[in-house]
Amino acid sequence: MTSSPTSQAGTAIETVKTDVLIIGGGATGTGIMRDLALRSVHCRLIDKQDLCAGASGGNHGLLHSGARYVLSDPHSASECREEGEILKRTSSQCIENTGGLFVAVKGDDEGFIRDFPALCQAAGIPVQELTPKEALELEPQLSKDIIAAYAVPDATIDPFRLALENVNHARELNDSTYHPHTTLCDFEIGDGRIIAAFCRDSRTGKELRIVAKQYVNAGGAWAMDIARLAGCNDVNLLYSKGTLLISHDRLTTRVINRLRPPADGDILVPGGTVSVLGTTSLRTDDLENVRPTIAEVDKNVVEGTAMVPALAHARYIRAFSRVRPLVQHGDDQNDRNVARSFALMNHEDQNLNNFCTITGGKLTTFRLMAEKTSDLVAKRLGNTEPCTTATTPLPGGQACKWTEPGASPKYWYEANNSEDMILCECEMVPQSAIDQIVLCAPGAENEMTLEAIALRSRAGKGPCQGSFCGIRIASYLYDRGYYQDTTGLHHMKSFFNERFKGLRTIIWGQQAAQMELAEALHCGLLGLDRLEEKKTNKADNE
Amino acid sequence: MTYEKREFIADLAVIGSGLAGMAASIFALKRGISTAQAGNTGALAYTTGYLDLLGDAGTGAAEHLGDPWAGIRELQKSQPNHPLARVPENDIHEAFTEFTSFISECGIAYGAPGKVNLKALTPAGTTKPTFSVPATMQPGVDALASQARCVIIDFKGLRGFSGRQVVANLKDRWPGLTTERVSFPDMPMGEIYPEVMARALEVPGTREKLADAIKSVRGDAQVIGLPAILGMHNPDLVMTELSRLLGCPVFEIPTMPPSVPGIRLREMFEQVFPKKGLTLVPQQKVRSVEFDTDSVQLVLADNHGPIIIHAKAVILATGRFLSGGLEAEQTGIVEPLVNLPVAQPTSRDSWYSMEYMGRDGHAIHQCGIRVDDAFRPLDKDGKVVDPRLFAAGVILAHQDWIRGRCGAGVAISSAYRAVQGAEQIILQKNN
Repeated sequence: MTSSPTSQAGTAIETVKTDVLIIGGGATGTGIMRDLALRSVHCRLIDKQDLCAGASGGNHGLLHSGARYVLSDPHSASECREEGEILKRTSSQCIENTGGLFVAVKGDDEGFIRDFPALCQAAGIPVQELTPKEALELEPQLSKDIIAAYAVPDATIDPFRLALENVNHARELNDSTYHPHTTLCDFEIGDGRIIAAFCRDSRTGKELRIVAKQYVNAGGAWAMDIARLAGCNDVNLLYSKGTLLISHDRLTTRVINRLRPPADGDILVPGGTVSVLGTTSLRTDDLENVRPTIAEVDKNVVEGTAMVPALAHARYIRAFSRVRPLVQHGDDQNDRNVARSFALMNHEDQNLNNFCTITGGKLTTFRLMAEKTSDLVAKRLGNTEPCTTATTPLPGGQACKWTEPGASPKYWYEANNSEDMILCECEMVPQSAIDQIVLCAPGAENEMTLEAIALRSRAGKGPCQGSFCGIRIASYLYDRGYYQDTTGLHHMKSFFNERFKGLRTIIWGQQAAQMELAEALHCGLLGLDRLEEKKTNKADNE
Repeated sequence: MTYEKREFIADLAVIGSGLAGMAASIFALKRGISTAQAGNTGALAYTTGYLDLLGDAGTGAAEHLGDPWAGIRELQKSQPNHPLARVPENDIHEAFTEFTSFISECGIAYGAPGKVNLKALTPAGTTKPTFSVPATMQPGVDALASQARCVIIDFKGLRGFSGRQVVANLKDRWPGLTTERVSFPDMPMGEIYPEVMARALEVPGTREKLADAIKSVRGDAQVIGLPAILGMHNPDLVMTELSRLLGCPVFEIPTMPPSVPGIRLREMFEQVFPKKGLTLVPQQKVRSVEFDTDSVQLVLADNHGPIIIHAKAVILATGRFLSGGLEAEQTGIVEPLVNLPVAQPTSRDSWYSMEYMGRDGHAIHQCGIRVDDAFRPLDKDGKVVDPRLFAAGVILAHQDWIRGRCGAGVAISSAYRAVQGAEQIILQKNN
């Protein structure tokens, strides 16, 4: 035993029980939570930040047809195809079936262009050759210099909606519980088993001891650190930093991929009213201070412009970076060639029989990753119910719908309630959406941060990036009594600081004016830059 | 419809319709200089009505400046290129006096500039240092200072102004502060807007109904605070009348921009200037400026066709990024109208610090037009670009109006010096 259930201050720590503790609220962790709940297994899910805080929330939102991996990783290509088809059937509310194009421009590798259709067919991926003229008719923003084009069944997926729906469904099925901003601090280990997990609420500092029968490490890029806390040294990850850009306008109807071996800035994915361009790929050791750089932003723009020239002069509203965990096999130095498959480790050779780690992989295959993990966990629990996520439709939760582009304005017009004022004008998020999120969204709590609300809605996703609606929503939360003292001002400050990380590298053109106005409001008028430090010992959620 | 080219001849042309442009026109009018003013509406509607001089001299002090003049003397030592360090203190004082007395005479009373900064209220329930406030806001400054029993009235349907928020954030410092919500007279349903409320309060009957509504909830308050809605064209009258009806002082707190006090100033200037003989071409962007031997020519156009303004001297007061005076391109910052060189860091990576609200602010705000002591723009070699060209306002380099809380201070002081310089050029030409 490493620890007894009293805190450093000597007070008793609250202990809660569950069948399975899942660590990590990304697509995989929430997918496992739902999968197990469908098998009547109760789960608790913890995340040190919030849902999709890692790579699950920091990608293109691309539901791969698999065509991107046909050369480098044919196995992943087939997996993507199968999983894509399943998700389109079961989780359609999270998916826009856009279709995708692979396009080559002058100078791209003609051998790769020639081999591409056969490679797709080998992986079972439907592929249709288009003439450059046909491609331009479908997507007028494409470069006039394209020399080859193929249509594939790519689609887009909203990972935030997906994670929210997963958690919501698990909650409805058997009261499985999600604990946001809950950091795993230590494991209590004895007799080849984890006995308990010691956690701390990173906002309030409150400690929590969770006793489970099985422990699942779905920590994504943090999985290696979590495994080491349990004394397991068999998780070896490489970290690859990717930076992406969001344009103010949606430039294409379909996903546009560069028809070449994967490289920088070669995918443009539509998402509601915007497009997402990326990505770069850079080896990193740092998981905590991952931010876009000017060089990465400019590189994406230059590379993307070869496919879609309008990207050179587009207005960008945000850049973001996340770390992809790549499971290390051998010593390949090119991260793009590291297999994008996932790894499930049962840790039995590490002398633990109730702990496993799932990591690597990609958003498109999250369901399969959850299935394999849940199979292992269920078997260990003696549960014989099969996985049903490949066939059971994901129900749409009332409080989960607000991340969908266009859902808020549609709701608002249909409700036609003049008392229900719009708080975020860019994305037309009304007061009632905020009320519903604060009351019943997965992870809802009385004093929600603005980041937590933004994650569960479209608030702050438009061109103002929250600089206006952050003020309005905070004001509304004060008005409703959720914020009761200067803590609310600190929530505002923290929200604007966080949004700024995504803005810093793309502040040119109209965004410079937007940013000047934002800072004039936040600092010049409201004085948030001179806010006194809080007198309470509440720590900010990092 | 025929499009005639219209030409105006003036001694001074002012480009820009923000605070600096308006101040330059006021100072020119006071000196009897024939003036034409043109340019996009500046960020005037975004102002709160508060006129800041200097709230932070960049010394890293924890508190804002109580004495802005001490801050200016600090700037003279530590940041000699700061526009406020280049205007004699007497001129700054005189500039504020002329500016505030002009707008007071025109119907929006402002407090006379004094020796110290005031602590003014914001809609978030914070306070900010400022130098001169409209008469409609002064009782709020006084009530905070004297800890009077005060009720903040907010309105059903008015978004973004919450009395509960103001009270929640000030209650520790101001125990006598409470809040109540009322319905605005004759607007019981749906969203209501400050501008509409302000115009409605110009009507005596609306004021009486509002006073009745407030009377029923005011309790024992000695002073009553409202969002900034006390009239559009006669705020002083609206305040006085409402005070009389309620039997106690009332005051305004700025709302989020664009707010009524900023719109008041803009509308007042647009009405008053033409009456005083100034040629005003508002809402139109100046397309080009040409420096001929005989005159400086501004080229612009409105719905009726092209306009040319000929002048002997010109003041560039086109603001920063928000107003289009500066443009940030991916590769660098430019001044698009005259193509003046812009003082700036060598790379975009230096524009913004990593921390948004870090104490030191951001280098991009120090970018701008370099000038000499007479506020004449300088070229790359440090030489005056043209002796007839002056620059004023936040387009100037070596200041951070946001973190310095010195936007109005820079605008009014530099406009004052620019007009002084322009006057000399005009006098020379006229002799």
